[in-house]
Amino acid sequence: MTAALLQATGVYGGYGGADILDGVDLAVNEDEIVVIIGPNGAGKSTAMKAVFGLVQIRDGTVRWDGKDITNLSPDRVARLGLAYVPQERNVFPNLTVHENLEMGAYIRDDDISAQLARVYEVFPPLRGKRRQAAGLLSGGQRQMVAMGRAMMLDPRLLLLDEPTAGLAPAFVDQIFERIVEINRAGIAILMVEQNARHALELADRGYVLVNGQNSFTDTGPNLLANREVAEAFLGG
Amino acid sequence: MLEFINFYLIPGVVLGSIYALGAIGVSLIFGILRFAHFAHGDMMTLGAYVALPLVVGLGFTVYAALPVAMAGVVLMAILIDRLFYKPLRDRPTIVVLVASFGVALMLRAVIQFAWGPHSHVYEKGFRKPIVFDGLRIAERHIWIVLLSIALVVALHLFLTRTKTGKAMRALSDDPDLARITGINTERIVAWTWVLGGCLAGAAGVFLGMDTQITTLIGWNMLLPVFAAAILGGIGKPYGAIAGGLVIGIAEELSAYPWIGTTPLLDPTYKSAVAFAIMVAMLLWRPSGLFKGRVY
Repeated sequence: MTAALLQATGVYGGYGGADILDGVDLAVNEDEIVVIIGPNGAGKSTAMKAVFGLVQIRDGTVRWDGKDITNLSPDRVARLGLAYVPQERNVFPNLTVHENLEMGAYIRDDDISAQLARVYEVFPPLRGKRRQAAGLLSGGQRQMVAMGRAMMLDPRLLLLDEPTAGLAPAFVDQIFERIVEINRAGIAILMVEQNARHALELADRGYVLVNGQNSFTDTGPNLLANREVAEAFLGG
Repeated sequence: MLEFINFYLIPGVVLGSIYALGAIGVSLIFGILRFAHFAHGDMMTLGAYVALPLVVGLGFTVYAALPVAMAGVVLMAILIDRLFYKPLRDRPTIVVLVASFGVALMLRAVIQFAWGPHSHVYEKGFRKPIVFDGLRIAERHIWIVLLSIALVVALHLFLTRTKTGKAMRALSDDPDLARITGINTERIVAWTWVLGGCLAGAAGVFLGMDTQITTLIGWNMLLPVFAAAILGGIGKPYGAIAGGLVIGIAEELSAYPWIGTTPLLDPTYKSAVAFAIMVAMLLWRPSGLFKGRVY
């Protein structure tokens, strides 16, 4: 078996105070959808931020494509082919939809028109709103802008922090459909989701984190079928 | 009516344009660096003084000296940022604000040391205003307003059409997201000083064209310029334009004999108008007319 695209091993760290991550292991292979679930405060978002260099890692390593990227700064991580979409404040509200997408490609100096066209193809609702300020869009459309912005660097791995949080049910389905479509185009996905059952149905593999530690790791279907996981984390 | 336009409205628009140029800079700097830049007035003073030897000594027209003055202020702004503000970048912004107050005093002292304490003018004597059908406009006033408009249009194109300009707006919107996006903050900060310095330099020269040049001209602008920035919504450069015009016109119109034959407000109290508008805005609508930030 070849090495994983992303491999975090024994990661300890947090925001300066006590560790939130207590030895977390994570791996994402090429083309996979991987979901992290778990109770509030388990360190799901923190684990994702640690991968992207937004949380200080005290011990452990993060390897990308075999190379050590532990504690690399976010702007350097972005240049390697990882893109991160935060849960909140994930668009520039006073910039138009189009400008938000352009900013996604800020570190690229080549022609971005093909990539822009691709993003509008994945998110057709954005096409008609391209000149509107992103702050005036609905929650679902804002999430599309945020994901579109992240896709502008043509990443190999997209990190999504609760992409459906606070969205109307109709939008939840739409966003999940988009995620699957993005993944089909060859982009691996690592996402944190509160909508655990729905997310695991799409996932190749899932991690259950509790108190900053790995609690269960298995394929999506196996986690869904696991009685212990279902009772504790999927609402029975 | 003509008297109203000639002696109150036109000077108000001219003054307002100068305030607007200063206020845009204050607003941009606040949006990117998150502190109230107290040395902005003295950067304007510097602009007026850089042009002085070119105009008086070398016989340049004031318009030819304008770009040199702007460039001089930009260089000084970048130097000041490197020396005094950059080492404090990660400190609470109140620390940088106090540092900018110190920079203001230093700048003024250096200007006074180099050019002396006396007042100066670009041009001695009196030029006849242009008269259209009773409407009297000084030629320099026309140029001040036209050049201010040109600078604002250039700024608008920069902010909306260039990658750096868009990144500047993005950084002002959300610094954390800008960082994730890979936007180089220090590069944008340098550009902020380029824009703020250009506009402050131009404002200083325009002010010098309209009055006597003293080491305090810029410092005296600080109150109306901050009032304009707050009125427009701090961090909103377009709001600052409107804010500048409103403050400038309000100050001039306050001296019009609205009731009876004496000025409504003695002209020596002009700056109280800006102060009153600023206090009223902070009480009634602290986010400004255009929903800027509140801190």
